[in-house]
Parts: sequence; C-alpha cells; structure tokens
Amino acid sequence: MSKMIRTAPTTAFQEMPDDNMIICRCEEITKGEIRRAVYDGFRTTNEVKRWLRCGMGLCQGQTCQRNFQNIIARELGIPVAELGIITGRCPVRPVEIQTFADEVVNAEEA
Amino acid sequence: MAAEKRTADVVIIGGGIVACATAYNLAKRGMTNILVLEQKEIGNGGSCRNAGGVRQSARDPRELPLAMHAVSQIWPTLGEELGCDVEYVQKGNLRLGIEEKHRTVLENHVKKSTDVGLDVWMVSGDEAREICPAMSERVLCASWCPTDGHANPLKTTLGYYRRALAMGVTFVSGVTVTGIRKVRGRARLVETTDGVYEGEQILLCAGYESRAIANTVGIDVPVERQFNEVLVTEACPRSFDVMIGVAGGEFYGHQSDHGSFVLGGNSGLQAFESNRRTRFATDSRTAPSISRGIMTYFPSLANVKVVRTWAGAYDQCVDVLPVIDRISEVPGLTVAFGFSGHGFGIAPATGVAVSELLLDGASTTIDISALTYDRFKAKG
Repeated sequence: MSKMIRTAPTTAFQEMPDDNMIICRCEEITKGEIRRAVYDGFRTTNEVKRWLRCGMGLCQGQTCQRNFQNIIARELGIPVAELGIITGRCPVRPVEIQTFADEVVNAEEA
Repeated sequence: MAAEKRTADVVIIGGGIVACATAYNLAKRGMTNILVLEQKEIGNGGSCRNAGGVRQSARDPRELPLAMHAVSQIWPTLGEELGCDVEYVQKGNLRLGIEEKHRTVLENHVKKSTDVGLDVWMVSGDEAREICPAMSERVLCASWCPTDGHANPLKTTLGYYRRALAMGVTFVSGVTVTGIRKVRGRARLVETTDGVYEGEQILLCAGYESRAIANTVGIDVPVERQFNEVLVTEACPRSFDVMIGVAGGEFYGHQSDHGSFVLGGNSGLQAFESNRRTRFATDSRTAPSISRGIMTYFPSLANVKVVRTWAGAYDQCVDVLPVIDRISEVPGLTVAFGFSGHGFGIAPATGVAVSELLLDGASTTIDISALTYDRFKAKG
C-alpha cells in the first residue's frame, strides 16, 4: 500500500442521480453507499468492503469487485491498482460444515 | 498547498481499534492535534479479525474492570455515539462444558468473577438448552453471564476511525514505523520508512509489532504472535442471540446481525508454527478442526455452508493480559498492546483509559493498575 494522508472532508457530500444503482448484488450495496464510504474516509478496497459488506456475499466479490473498485478509484482520483484487492478466501464455493469437518479419510473405507 | 503534518501533541503508532478509540476519546476531550501512523490499512490486524465477543465472563479479574466498564457504560450507547450501527447484542454468553473436567474449569472462572462482583453463574445442560435450543444434548453444564454479548468488529473499529477522522484527527497509512528515538531523555521522534514524525507524547499500540518497536528504546514485553481462524457461513434464519464459548476451546462465536454464523478457533498446533507465517494465510488443518468442534456442540449446523474462512493474529502476552501503561524509563511513551486475543470487547474502555493516561497522567475512571509493563518476573 502506498502512503495515504487522511483528513476530514472539507466540502459537503455531493449526491449523484444514479446513486441508487445496486453495485454489489449479494449484499445489495449501492453506488451512493460506496461513494459515501469513500467520502467518510475509507480509502482501500478492503476498508470499503469491511465497512459496507460489498464483496462479502455468496459471490465473494467475483461479480462486483471490479465495479466497486472503479467507483472508489474515481472518487479518489487514483489508479485502481493502488487500492489493493479483496483477499481470495477459501473455500471459494460454499461448502457445508459437515464436509469441512470430515477431512480425515478412514483408510478401511477408502 | 499546506505543509505536510509531521508533528502532533500525540503520535499514535498502529491503526487498530485501540488507536482509533483512543484518538476518538482524545478528540472528544478537545485534543485533535493527533497523528495516527498505520502500516497497511485501518483495523487490518486483530481489530477486524476477531469473532466479535463482548464478554466479561472467563476473564482474568485484573482486566475485568475494563470489561465491566465497557459493558455497563459504553457498549449500550456506542452505536449512537459513533453514528453507525455497531450491531451490539447484549443477550448473554454461554460457556459450555461436555465433560466433568470442564465443570471444574467453568466453576473456577465463575468463582473468580463473582468474587470481584460480576453476575455470572453455573447452569445445567438443560437450562443452557432453554437459553439456546440449537445446542446438542451432550452439553452437560455451562457458565451463564446474561450481561455479555457480541458486536461487529469491522463496524466498531472503522466506526471509531470515521468519527475520529471527522473530529479532526489525521491518519497516515502505508507508513511502517521502525523505531522510537529519545530527545533529551524523552521519547519524541518516531522513525519510519517515510522519515521522522515528532510528538509531544507517543502512544504505541501496534499489536505484536509493538514489541520490536519498544525494543528500540530498551523496553521488552513478553508477547508472542498466535494465529486463529474464523469461518463465516451463509446467512441463515435466526437461530440464537447468545455468544458461545466452550471450556474445551474447540471454537467460539455467534450468529451475526446479517444472519451468518461467525465461528472461530484454532487447531491447537498454531503455537508451534506461527513464526513460519509471514501473512494472514489460512492453513488446511484449522477450518476442519473448528468444524468438528461446531458439530460436537451444534450438530444442527451440519448442513450450513461456509462461505469464507480467514486468519488473524493476536499478540499473546505471557500472562494472557494486556500491558496498558506509561513507561517510566522512557518519559513521553505510553503503551497499550498484548491484548492476547480478547482485546476487542474491552477496546471502548481501553480507549478511555489510554486517553486519560495521555491527558491526565493516570487512568482515573477505570482501574488498570494491574496491567503494568514491569510486572513480568523471571521464576525462582
């Protein structure tokens, strides 16, 4: 992460006509909420994700990450590459707790 | 363009919940000339990587004043104070036992806590199942503390950050602190990969990394890094509101406001491999181990799907208690680290206590006299 100096916003938050557009479908997070989070001081992909839950749903950001990163980058006026990416999480596709628990293979059964 | 801010009344090293809560409390009392230096992202360590327990039960009596103050004075109205929903739920904590030896462990905790005035008591397995019907018949007994609960660590940590920022605190991220330097016998300069920052006072609250930084002014606190992992499930219909812990240590967790279960634990093997890890990666043994623990106590969750797993590290002190103190050999330096995996629930109170250390020279609201940095003695 490159150095970022963070201070309180000095101008009022500007609403935009398409702020109601849903960006993260799993968690139903809008463009306006993402823009507001950036205005409030969240400056990286992970910070916005942790604050709003965008990218934390069933798709784990596979659908929405690019879109919400672009919004953050545009608001901050910096390249997307400087925002970091959300961490890929095991198990990628949802797996039942009982499947996870059963990792020990019984040699006789196998 | 104004010159970059390089000096402040307080320079805070670390950007976790202790830093954010302290900065907020200082700002609330009128001190906003503060610089917070964070290596990566706000709350990226244990602050955002924990299962959200807000618990007084099963704590060492020496840190209970922090926990009891947080629960009675701060948590119930913290969301209003910060202007965001921190998802605080005060529906109690059950600590479960499935073997007779667990009963002894739990009874010991209960006795130690009731001796210092906490309302916690033992319940039978059936009574525990009345509180939390989703639980297995195998549960024999539990300790029950109805004033415990849980909250959302992400919203709380970042909520403190957002308020402190709005109140005028300056945060700098992407800067790694390499040491502290004294000027005329007082801690004053903070050396970083981005040059030197200067503070009338310095607060060191950077989790495990604090140890090496404190070493640069000759202070050593015996903390080690320990990894735990958490499973987060898909959102499910409301099943239980209580925070769950187990005397056997297999797992802990709760169902979040969002509906997902947030369940953490470790494989029992981490302590001997933790130095190998250079980043927050999960390992192949831990999630299965936690899952087996969950199945033992909550077989009804067998079909619930895990959506993601993540790892976090905590700064475990040799006596499993934090150090929150002014360093007498290094005037101007205050430390708050070594929270040993249970710092989140007490963090709102820690923020108050540390802000008083910085502004008044002593914590008057909360008794932290047992959490000194010089309490460690070699045996014999």
